[in-house]
Amino acid sequence: MNKPIRRVSIFCLVLVLALMLRVNWVQGVQASAWANNSHNERVKYDRYAYPRGNIIVGGQAVTKSDLVNGLRYKYKRSWVDGPMYAPVTGYSSQAFDASQLEKLEDGVLSGTDSRLFFRNTLDMLTGKPKQGGDVVTTIDPKVQRAAFEGLGDKKGAAVAIDPRTGAILALVSTPSYDPTTFSGGSDSDSKAKAALDADPNKPLLNRALRETYPPGSTFKLVTAATAFESGKYQNPTDTTDTPNPYVLPGTSTELKNASSTEPCENATVQDAMDLSCNTVFGKMGAELGGDKLRTQAEKFGFNNDQVDVPIRAAASYFPKGSSPDGTAMDAIGQHDTRATPLQMAMVAAAIANNGSLMQPYLVAQEGSAGNVISTHTEHQMSQAVSPATAQKLQQLMESVVQNGTGRNARIPGATVGGKTGTAQHGQDNSGLPFAWFVSYAKGADGKQVAVAVVVEDGAAERNEISGGSLAAPIAKAMMQAGLGK
Amino acid sequence: MSTFDVSSGSAPGTGRRRRTAGPVTVDGVPTRRNTELLMLAFAVAIPVLAYANVGLAIDGSLPAGMLAYGLGMGALAAVAHLAVRRFAPYADPLLLPLATLLNGLGLVMIWRLDKAGKLLRNNFPAASNQLMWSGLGIAMFIGVVLLLKDHRILQRYTYISMVVALVLLAAPAFFPSRTEDFGAKIWIRFGSFSIQPGEFAKIILTVFFAGFLMVKKDALALASRKFMGLYLPRGRDLGPIIVVWLLSILILVFETDLGSSFLFFGLFVVMLYVATERTSWIVFGLLMSFGGAAVVATSEPHVKTRINAWLDPMAAFAPKPPPQSSEQIGQTLMSLGSGGTVGSGLGQGRSWLIQFAAKSDFILGSFGEELGLTGLMALFMVYGLIVQRGLRTALAARDPFGKLLAVGLSSAFALQVFVVAGGVTGLIPLTGMTMPFLAQGGSSVVANWALIAVLMKISDTARRPAAEPAAIPEPAGPDRYGPGPDRGAPDQSRGASS
Repeated sequence: MNKPIRRVSIFCLVLVLALMLRVNWVQGVQASAWANNSHNERVKYDRYAYPRGNIIVGGQAVTKSDLVNGLRYKYKRSWVDGPMYAPVTGYSSQAFDASQLEKLEDGVLSGTDSRLFFRNTLDMLTGKPKQGGDVVTTIDPKVQRAAFEGLGDKKGAAVAIDPRTGAILALVSTPSYDPTTFSGGSDSDSKAKAALDADPNKPLLNRALRETYPPGSTFKLVTAATAFESGKYQNPTDTTDTPNPYVLPGTSTELKNASSTEPCENATVQDAMDLSCNTVFGKMGAELGGDKLRTQAEKFGFNNDQVDVPIRAAASYFPKGSSPDGTAMDAIGQHDTRATPLQMAMVAAAIANNGSLMQPYLVAQEGSAGNVISTHTEHQMSQAVSPATAQKLQQLMESVVQNGTGRNARIPGATVGGKTGTAQHGQDNSGLPFAWFVSYAKGADGKQVAVAVVVEDGAAERNEISGGSLAAPIAKAMMQAGLGK
Repeated sequence: MSTFDVSSGSAPGTGRRRRTAGPVTVDGVPTRRNTELLMLAFAVAIPVLAYANVGLAIDGSLPAGMLAYGLGMGALAAVAHLAVRRFAPYADPLLLPLATLLNGLGLVMIWRLDKAGKLLRNNFPAASNQLMWSGLGIAMFIGVVLLLKDHRILQRYTYISMVVALVLLAAPAFFPSRTEDFGAKIWIRFGSFSIQPGEFAKIILTVFFAGFLMVKKDALALASRKFMGLYLPRGRDLGPIIVVWLLSILILVFETDLGSSFLFFGLFVVMLYVATERTSWIVFGLLMSFGGAAVVATSEPHVKTRINAWLDPMAAFAPKPPPQSSEQIGQTLMSLGSGGTVGSGLGQGRSWLIQFAAKSDFILGSFGEELGLTGLMALFMVYGLIVQRGLRTALAARDPFGKLLAVGLSSAFALQVFVVAGGVTGLIPLTGMTMPFLAQGGSSVVANWALIAVLMKISDTARRPAAEPAAIPEPAGPDRYGPGPDRGAPDQSRGASS
């Protein structure tokens, strides 16, 4: 009987070997695929199993990881000045995933990024508790606060950029939300999230990057840039041949100015900019044509759906193939033209930086102290206009602040250029207009800051809304903070 | 150390009379009892350390019950060891430590899953119950070692075993099924107390098969007619065993206990093959199992669900999961994957994602996550060693009944391990049985301790120097006490199983 018994032992050995091969396959070969399967909740729990790295603003962490030692989650995320920094940090919730930097930099923050492997291994060997890496932002807390407090309870957004580097100094969207209210997984967190989702004011929307508005008169800067670049006008003091009112080409519709008393007829480019004459820039745009305008707009970043800061900004839009009357309206930032606040800040920054548009960025460094795994290197996104054109545009913008609609933005001891905008929108322009202010400031010490502010329906009375009165003071406060004045 | 001296008994005829230092009998055959004691110390120490590990990982402190647990396990193991020393001194030295290790590790994991249990509905603490059952299991072990003077006595109960096994198997059908039993009717209940008779039937049916085949093996092997190139035995030789086997399979299919049907089927084929030494039984067995599997798979909706879950373990996670789908296999695979090579560490995994079944059918998933591939390989090694020691006992046994019984018990054990572990890791469709010793379940623990005890008694008789007269006269054959064709190779001589 021993021969069959030996064969049975071999059979049993084969059974055990088959099991061993199988677990080697599952836990060796396929392991990471199962471990990172989208249904594997361990990934979610791991994210909060040890302190998450921090998002740093001005040397201070604006995020915290609180030890809650819950059944499933050990740590919970909370934020300092949550509503103010929410457009930068986004949220990181146990129940509702993450957004913005918390999401995009999750590998670094949660410590799973492969570049942190060496440090993680070292920490494991030296017995240091595991911790994620930090993300250092370019945000200047003073500028951020000026923008946030300036917008107050108004609906709107503000962006500030250092024109020389592209570093984003402020990124504010109001009304905002406090990500701490739903960072956990409890019922109250779910309720808070549901309330935010249902809020008609859309507090979760990052208006600075993800909402496009008609840019209104602030787009006249792009039209003027096209005019100088194409050689249609040489100097800001060149007079334009413009009737008042101006009849849109091919139609009988009259394009009017904000006030019929303004001396826009045959005004110089500079006067037209000071007074924000629709007739002058509408006619200028129609004569330049849609293609030239669009090419220039694209040099400033329009129609680019991959502006990543690294949070991806919505693409700003300048249309292709509009009819001549449509192009006239496009040229004054109405009709189909749309821009994000970031986009208009980029226009101001490129003009202030002598035509060179720097790639805007939000993350200066990744990694922890003593272990920097990446540092941002500045690079030019495009040469939007020639330096000569940029000088002329600067002259126009500075004149607007000195003599025109932007007087509210004047800062003693600093060179300030700006452009107001009051953008109509809605069916037959029925919505309350958006108030824009796009500007830059240069201090005596070489500091620079470019700003775009938009305020949605900031006042109940329609005729009280204007970029100069509503948006310019906010931009001024931001520029002062940026220049340290 | 003399207790590890393998040479003392390796050469037949010489070791028997040679005296060596250490715990040897008058006849010179080493008993290996000190080896067993040393191994037992490890088998108790490892789970106690694992217990401490879980406490430190979850609570940050040593568990309060650690001393009591360590002493309790140690005391149980010590009593079992003393019983073996006294009543089965020549028994295999590895079986008791291996079973103790598995039982101890299982207890720790169940306790660990109890701690995670507050995260689950349907969870009830089971560690203390399991501890009680383990005590009863070891008591059962001691009882068998103590009362079963010679395993050949079991031969007397061949037909009683048959009746008892059939009654045990059929009994659950007369008890009302409950929703929380998940489709399988395999329990007998008295109030809150319940037993799973299939686990005991496994042993008792093996006794019947062994007794019957021992008597009929020559007739089965020789008096057969050739049919289509295969030797078929006469109906009167094979009839009774076929009837009993078919009955048990039918009962189990009726109770939708598929794992056990497969187990009994495999057991039957293996024992028939060993008894008759005819390869044709393997061919029959394979043909019949494929046929049976095909019939059951197409007719039984319960089985279809299982097969679908095996083919696509992640189907249950789809937005619209198919009806009756279960996410447990997918959850187990994800926990195994998360465990990776070295595991998350005891107490640091998230095994509770597999839900409450983690304690019974899926405990291997929890081990895989927290001890990793390394831990699972070690566990399979331990199971493999138990099976190997059992088959070794079969080789060494001098009586055909003992051989058949040992082969049957070991291969049943191996098949059960394969069916459960294969099902849990997605190698084969899940059939729903418990991992011997590791999983929560009283009947399983007690029955498997009894199984180990019987194996040890057989090995004790096999390695005992002076063969005692058999309790029952046996038909003459090459396997009787005199040297036969099976004797003489060193690996099966007495005392060689070091």
